[in-house]
Amino acid sequence: MSADLVQFFTVNWLGQAILMVAQCLAVTVPLLVAVAYMTYVDRKIWAAIQLRRGPNVVGPFGLLQPFADGLKLVLKETIVPSSANGVLFIIAPMIAFMTALVAWAVVPFDNGWVIADINVGILYLFAISSLGVYGIIIAGWASNSKYAFLGALRSAAQMVSYEVSIGFVLITVLLCVGSLNLSDVVLAQSGGFWHWFFLPLLPMFVIFFVSALAETNRTPFDLPMSEAELVAGFHTEYSAMTFGLFFLGEYANMILLSALGAILFLGGWMSPIPYAPFTYVPGVVWFALKIAFLLFVFSWTKGTLPRYRYDQLMRLGWKVFLPVSLGWVVLTAAVLQFGGWVPKP
Amino acid sequence: MASLDRTARAFLLTELISGFALTLKYMFKPKVTVNYPHEKGPLSPRFRGEHALRRYPNGEERCIACKLCEAICPAQAITIEAEPRDDGSRRTTRYDIDMTKCIYCGFCQEACPVDAIVEGPNFEFSTETREELMYNKDRLLANGDRWESLIAANLQADAAYR
Repeated sequence: MSADLVQFFTVNWLGQAILMVAQCLAVTVPLLVAVAYMTYVDRKIWAAIQLRRGPNVVGPFGLLQPFADGLKLVLKETIVPSSANGVLFIIAPMIAFMTALVAWAVVPFDNGWVIADINVGILYLFAISSLGVYGIIIAGWASNSKYAFLGALRSAAQMVSYEVSIGFVLITVLLCVGSLNLSDVVLAQSGGFWHWFFLPLLPMFVIFFVSALAETNRTPFDLPMSEAELVAGFHTEYSAMTFGLFFLGEYANMILLSALGAILFLGGWMSPIPYAPFTYVPGVVWFALKIAFLLFVFSWTKGTLPRYRYDQLMRLGWKVFLPVSLGWVVLTAAVLQFGGWVPKP
Repeated sequence: MASLDRTARAFLLTELISGFALTLKYMFKPKVTVNYPHEKGPLSPRFRGEHALRRYPNGEERCIACKLCEAICPAQAITIEAEPRDDGSRRTTRYDIDMTKCIYCGFCQEACPVDAIVEGPNFEFSTETREELMYNKDRLLANGDRWESLIAANLQADAAYR
C-alpha cells in the first residue's frame, strides 16, 4: 500500500503535480502569514522605540490588525489613472510580489526540506532578487506620473548599486563553502555558532545586512518612497490591493533576505550549540528564530536611523562598500589559498 | 593620527552602535501613551469643554438674559432672545450656541455675572451630523443638570485664584 503511494507521488504525473502544489502551499501559506504578522511586529517595534503602544485595538493586543488592514485593502477600489498604461499598471505589482515568493523555492528550511535542491541556489536567488526591480520600474513607468517615475528610477539605481556588493558578499561565502547549493552552505557551517560564517566574515555580514536594507528599500535607504520629495515613490498612483501587493512584496523580500542572511552567515537550520537539549529543537525552529532576529534588526534600524540623502547613498554603495567588499574577496581568497583551507569539491 | 582615529571609528561603526543601543534602551522603557478610551489624562479645573447652563439648587435657572456672553463672544456663536416671564423676572426664551463656531475661549463664562453659562469638563461630545452641534437652551440646561456636581466642584477649586 505505502509502496503504491510512493509510486503514485514519484512516478504518476498527477501525483507529482499534487505533491508540487502541496509543497508550494506548505511554503507560501506560512510565509504569507509571516508577512502579515511582520507588518504588525514592525509597527509594534517602532512604537516601542518611540514609547508608544502601537496597534492594540483590533483583537487581543491588536493581533488581528494585519487581517483588518488586509480586508480594507481588498475591499477598496483599485483606481487605474486614466493616463496610465492599464495592463502594465496591473502587472507590475504582481511581478513585484511574485518574485518575492518565487525565490523561496531554493531556501532550505531544514536538512533536506527544500522544494528545489538545485546546485545554483545562490545564483538563482541573486537572479530573482534582481528581477524584483522590474516590478518597480514597470510600476513607475506605467503610472505616467512624475513622482512614480522618479521613485522608480531611484529604486532601480539603488538596487543595481547594492546588488554589486551583495554579489561580492556571496562570492566570499561561496569561496569558503565551495558550492552554490544553499544546503551545502548551511552544512559547511555545522558544529556550533563558532563555526558560522558571521564570525570570520563579520565585515561581510555587516555589508550584506546594509545592502539588504538598500535592496528592500528600507530605512535608511527608503529613498524611492521618501515622502518629502516623491510623495510615495513608485507606488504613488497605486491603491487598494495593487498597493497591497507591493507592500506584501516588500515585506516578503525582507523576510527572504533575512533568510538568506541566516543561511549564509548564521548557519541556517543549525542549532547554535550542537549538544543535547538544543539539538532536540527542530531545525525549522532555529531557522525561523534566526530570520526573526534579523527581521527585528530590520525594524530596529527603521526605528533608529534617519534617511540617507541620495548622493550619500550612492557614495556609500560605490565608494565604500564596493572597494571594501572587493578587498575582502581578495583577502578571503588569499587566506583560503595560503592557509590551506580551500574547500574540496 | 586624528584621521586614523576617525577612520577607525567610521569602520567600527561606533556611532551607529551607540545609536542602536539607545533605541534598544528606549524599547524597554514604560510607554507614555495614555490608553485613551480606557484611561484618561488629568484635567485642570479650568478646563474649557462643552458648555452648560447651570441652575440654582432650588431648580431655578441662573441665566438672567443680560446678554454679556453674547456680546463678548468673539466668534459670535451665542444667540439670545429674552422677554419677561409671567412672574415678572427676565429670562431667556432662546439661548443657542453654535458649537461649530465656538472657539472655546471661555470669555462667556468670564463675562457671566451669575455663573450661569460655564464650560464644563466634558470634551467627548462629537456628533455624526453638523446639526447636532447647534445647541439650544434645553440641551444646555440638560448639560448643566448632567455635569452640575463636577462643574460646581471645579468652580470651587478654582475660586481661590479668581
